[in-house]
Amino acid sequence: MLVRATGVPRLRGDLRLRAYWLLLVAGMRTQSAYPLATFAGLVANATFGLLKTAILFAVVEAAGGGIAGYTAGTMSAYIWLSQGLLGSVNLYGRSDMTERVRTGDVATDFLRPVNVQAANILPAIGKGLFAFVPRGLPSIVIGVLVVGMTMPATPGPYVLGTVSMVLGIVLSHSVVYLVAVSGFWLVETRGFVGLYMAVGGLFAGLFTPFHLFPDWLQVIGRATPFPSMMMFPIDVLTARVTGFAALQVVGVQLAWLAGALAVGHLMTRAGQRKLEVQGG
Amino acid sequence: MVSAYRAVLASRVRAQRSYRTSFALDLVGAFLMGLAELAEVYILYTAVQGIGGFTFAQILLVFGLADLTFSLADIVFGHVDNLPEYVRTGKLDVYFLRPQPVLAQLVTSDISLRRLARAGVGAGALTVGLVLNDIAWGPATVALLALALVSGVATFSALFVTAAGLQFFLVNGAEMTNAFVYGGRYAATQPASVWPRAVTVVFGFVFPMAFTAYLPVTALLGLPGAPWLPSWLGWCAPLAALWSWALALACWRWGIRHYRGAGG
Repeated sequence: MLVRATGVPRLRGDLRLRAYWLLLVAGMRTQSAYPLATFAGLVANATFGLLKTAILFAVVEAAGGGIAGYTAGTMSAYIWLSQGLLGSVNLYGRSDMTERVRTGDVATDFLRPVNVQAANILPAIGKGLFAFVPRGLPSIVIGVLVVGMTMPATPGPYVLGTVSMVLGIVLSHSVVYLVAVSGFWLVETRGFVGLYMAVGGLFAGLFTPFHLFPDWLQVIGRATPFPSMMMFPIDVLTARVTGFAALQVVGVQLAWLAGALAVGHLMTRAGQRKLEVQGG
Repeated sequence: MVSAYRAVLASRVRAQRSYRTSFALDLVGAFLMGLAELAEVYILYTAVQGIGGFTFAQILLVFGLADLTFSLADIVFGHVDNLPEYVRTGKLDVYFLRPQPVLAQLVTSDISLRRLARAGVGAGALTVGLVLNDIAWGPATVALLALALVSGVATFSALFVTAAGLQFFLVNGAEMTNAFVYGGRYAATQPASVWPRAVTVVFGFVFPMAFTAYLPVTALLGLPGAPWLPSWLGWCAPLAALWSWALALACWRWGIRHYRGAGG
């Protein structure tokens, strides 16, 4: 079966916007339906947070109290914010779309009167934004209560930091979408998913702060969208970068996001022409 | 009966090798993941002069031993902690109908060859570590290493079975067991000397991660141990493996008694 979009009716502009809004809310609802799963994620985050604290505090101590601009307090802020964001930022490289492309279910998506790319990314973003409430905030609270952390005292970093964080979440889901739709050309995308997880996790600052990397590795990292997903938003939120530099970070994030969305759009169109579903 | 298991496993191996490109990409993905985690160790241990009494060369031994033994356990037992998937699809109910132990069927139902790449990273790190460090080779050191390898694989395998047993209760909360399975692997690559007491209790004794790599390496290199964890405990790795399996089988039996089927 060759799916063509030409026969699909388009929704009126305002209806389409409402459909997208509902998709975003549906994502949030999905996430809220599994409180035990969310709590389980929090337990895993807290465990990793404590282990990271142990090793990274030992690093700060071995460096004589400060390393690459981090003190114990700001290191703790990095650890617990990054663990808290794990439920929201997609660093695993997998999404519902991965499975839909593999199984051919995506064919039905092309028959719906909404944009396939938007309809797949929005629920994922909804899930991610919602996850920040039951998983992100408690993770930060655990960090504050158990370890303590240094956070900025002025409102500026929080405002711009929130914008940057949301952009990071949206960017991650937009890039994961690219991994998923590469399945139009590959039989199995697991290898790409693995690549995303390894390279993405490293450069997003999941394993260790980006700023501890040797210079050459930072240069490579800055050429990828991954630091913009988690590391840079944390920098803005903790006032490691402020003022014009912070705005620059947000600008870089916007540029990556625009690029990812544009490539995703082109890949979706090309994939739609390529898609062949067996049976029927 | 053994031949039945062998036939199942052989078919899994063939199945994974038949999609060559996909399998190759899988291997590359797993290899890169191993490298990324090795990169973390490299970055931290070269940023400062030693952490928790360990230099980069010394921690390579801990990382290598932990990663190699975890990956080997993961190849054979890793899929066991996908239990909720088996429950949801009803696959598990089929196992109950066959005259073989459910756990044995679950273990032999799959084998994750792509994790060989990950084991390769661990083996590489361990080999480099053994070359770089000044080790007084003799029958005792060889015995200690062999003991650590076998016990480490057993301990991590037990971890997967423990997770599977608990997942009968946590079908939607399976990620909770990641805290001690993957958290445990991460803990195993660290020098236990940096841990606060609470972590030492959990990952030193309850889930004895310190016994898989850190303690054998301190015994091997003659380094001082950590509070509550003197280096001679490195020789007790088999005891830790026994304890882990006792815990694992208890959790598994508890879980399987609780299981009432997913319906359908």
